[in-house]
Amino acid sequence: MSTIRIPTPLRSYTKGETELNVNGSTVGEALADLTNQYPDLAVHLYDDSGVLRAFVNVFINEENIRHLQGVETPLTKGDKLMIIPSIAGG
Amino acid sequence: MTLEIPKEILRQIHDHGSEAYPEEGAGLLFGHVRGKRRQVKAIFPQNNAREEKARRTRYLIEAEDMFKGEEEATRLGLAVIGVFHSHPDHSNQPSEFDREWAMPWFSYVITSVQSGEDESSRSWRLLDDRSRFVEEEILITSEVAQTNSQR
Repeated sequence: MSTIRIPTPLRSYTKGETELNVNGSTVGEALADLTNQYPDLAVHLYDDSGVLRAFVNVFINEENIRHLQGVETPLTKGDKLMIIPSIAGG
Repeated sequence: MTLEIPKEILRQIHDHGSEAYPEEGAGLLFGHVRGKRRQVKAIFPQNNAREEKARRTRYLIEAEDMFKGEEEATRLGLAVIGVFHSHPDHSNQPSEFDREWAMPWFSYVITSVQSGEDESSRSWRLLDDRSRFVEEEILITSEVAQTNSQR
């Protein structure tokens, strides 16, 4: 089991919870467990193709998974995940 | 929906937009959301992280800077409650690109900067289904800013 930190703008979809326990052997599985627990989160994390939205960054023990193996990055018990959005517009 | 912004902070947002002109300027809004009351208490200006040729029509605050912003807001006893950015020589309505990249719940204050000096702002919130923005009224208050968290 790992923990995942929810950013402020998404906490209204997790009943105000800041940090949650998630199960999964990879980051992708942990995110799937998260959206199973809180289905309303999914539209903000994934695009219509089921791919993580470009502004959704997941850090594992403070390292961005984009610099690791993306959603295939393996997890070990006690890993701390954080979802941190990058902010963009035009 | 109403976003309360002290007059002094709105001026800081406008100044940031003018200083960034003709590029887009951006930063984070720190404050409180208590019940239906949404108050800006400070801003956390950021550098536009987009490549130089794109900065006139795009802005970017990278995740690492967002994380620093969250930590700074927490240190001040505040939260990140939104984002501000400028539209050089364009209206203060959100673009389609703004919608695609927007987070729910956040207030998005957009400042139109015409010819580098004529600023006007409106605030917007993304609907839960991400389909569109709706405007929230800006209530300008005379409150003194809690802190000025300039970088």
